[in-house]
Amino acid sequence: MEAENQIQVDLGHLLAFDPYHHFASPPKSREDLVTECLRAGTKLVQAITDGLFNLSATEAIEGPLVKLPKPTTRLPREKHLPRPKPPTKWEMFAKSKGIQKRKKNKVLWDEQTDSWKRSYGYDRVNDDADVPIIEAKMTDEPGSDPFAKRKEEKKKRVEKTEKNRLQNLKQAAKVGALPSHVQLAATALPITGTQAAPKKITKDELGNVAGLAATATASGGKFDKKVAGEKAVKHQGKHRKFLPAAEGSGMGNREKEQTDKVLSKLMARNSHEILNVGKAVSMYNVKKQRDGRNQKGRSSFDSSSKLKPNGKPMKGDKKSPYQKSRKGGSHGGGASRKGKVD
Amino acid sequence: MMKINTPKKKRVLRELEKRAPKLVETGKKTLILQGLKTSNVLNSVLKEIYHLKRDSAVRYTRKNDNIRPFESGGETSLEFFSQKTDCSIFVYGNTSKKRPDNIIIGRTYDHQIYDLVEVGVENFKPMESFKYDKKLAPQVGSKPFITFAGEGFESIDELKHLKEVLLDLFRGEVVESLSLVGLDRVYVITAVSSDRVFLTHCAVRLKKSGSVVPRIELVEVGPSMDLVVRRHRLPNESLRKEAMRISTDGLKKKIKNVVGDSIQGKVGKIYMPDQKVSSSGILDRVVTYCQVLNTKLFW
Repeated sequence: MEAENQIQVDLGHLLAFDPYHHFASPPKSREDLVTECLRAGTKLVQAITDGLFNLSATEAIEGPLVKLPKPTTRLPREKHLPRPKPPTKWEMFAKSKGIQKRKKNKVLWDEQTDSWKRSYGYDRVNDDADVPIIEAKMTDEPGSDPFAKRKEEKKKRVEKTEKNRLQNLKQAAKVGALPSHVQLAATALPITGTQAAPKKITKDELGNVAGLAATATASGGKFDKKVAGEKAVKHQGKHRKFLPAAEGSGMGNREKEQTDKVLSKLMARNSHEILNVGKAVSMYNVKKQRDGRNQKGRSSFDSSSKLKPNGKPMKGDKKSPYQKSRKGGSHGGGASRKGKVD
Repeated sequence: MMKINTPKKKRVLRELEKRAPKLVETGKKTLILQGLKTSNVLNSVLKEIYHLKRDSAVRYTRKNDNIRPFESGGETSLEFFSQKTDCSIFVYGNTSKKRPDNIIIGRTYDHQIYDLVEVGVENFKPMESFKYDKKLAPQVGSKPFITFAGEGFESIDELKHLKEVLLDLFRGEVVESLSLVGLDRVYVITAVSSDRVFLTHCAVRLKKSGSVVPRIELVEVGPSMDLVVRRHRLPNESLRKEAMRISTDGLKKKIKNVVGDSIQGKVGKIYMPDQKVSSSGILDRVVTYCQVLNTKLFW
């Protein structure tokens, strides 16, 4: 009987579980099911309150306050356990040298003002920047400002500490233990390879750029206000000439000239690819006529292509699509054959 | 080149610290959202769950069509929302012909999906349909009793998983001490068959009984529904091990003001309040006493 009545109670979660509950008979209707479930629920809640009210209670304003025990059912966490921070560079150094942390006072006695002043922050004791007179040393150069020098040194110190802090945070971020309120953001894209030195602009380059800017205006930089000491623009005037909008079409037609110039340039550049078919045909015909006339009067050797100095075909002898068939041609026959071998 | 960004406002700093991982966790926030198609039943179910968990839940009312938790690519949206709202349990409702009135309850670990349970809702009765004495109505945010009854919760895998997920969903804030006056609600969950679970929300009435322990009476107030388990996905072993880790560092209490245990033994400092010796008149009395002594000695 006792084993049957074992209800698992977890007070930490206010949870009760009855693993032995079953329906004696399948419930006939919905209401039966509900009442049966409520009965089981009541039994379980009673078991929890039995345990709860027997805990030692302290009196609070609203009523008895009870300290809950730790829950027995384990539930998964929602986030990972906080990772320990890796030691900073200073901490590692201090550990290796055995340097102990010393407790510093927040306020210190200031002799000059006879008061307690902060050791850091606004209105602090022994502030480096508040000194009114700095005595000159023998090693000082004349004309150097010791106050400015002190400021510079402080700036350098601050930069160094910031750099060290960044390095420490980067180390922590590598392990995954960055503090929750800190984010590291990249300010510039990483430069692969060696870091490029910043380019120094020469006087000439600067002048060129200034000139460019000046002539970019519509009036070509003629009416720009000049700074004292600025020299005149090197290539003054407009760099582009626009043709008039309306012009007659005659001999001096500049637009026609322009387009003709462009066309001739194009043709000249690509002339080796262009085949002037009509010209090739007429050249071929003329050559053939000439050869035919010559063939009647000359020996074969002179005109054989094999004895020519280069052995190259003559310039006009291109294979013409309009080539006449040689068979049964009027100039056929004869032992020697003239012209290139096709 | 890197830059250190710290929040410029204290409010932002407080929010960030709330979201940072803690040694002992104090309760998960719930995200309630829906898919492309929802039925009336589903709408009211999601609304009621939101009302039950008012302070620790976020409800999204827009339709999301790219959330498919059981598919490998369909979890990215959920993980993004979990990151954005800092919620580690989500309740996603969707209706389709194959799975009518479907709810997927899932948990996340480190904003990655940890496990999922898919249940169908049947025989849903909303809060308005229950008639009861208004004085018994449970308060928002009170810590509930949670009861499970049925052998199925121990023997069947899906029901065991569902039990764990429902416990995580319904338990309130994790607190160390509890006021016994504020116990007013209970979730009664019964395993009806091998895949069906009956869930109802009741108010608790503590009645006088002979002993210190009061007699319990349950009154049904809240939504009641049948949950039919459809699919579930358990977490993979390594993730489960990592999520269940407990750290013992935080359990040691920090003892202040005690130093030097080795040779001297325990040494502590006692701080006395400022004894105003000069103004209390004791010095005058001492002086007078010495004068009297002096006169007595020399005379």
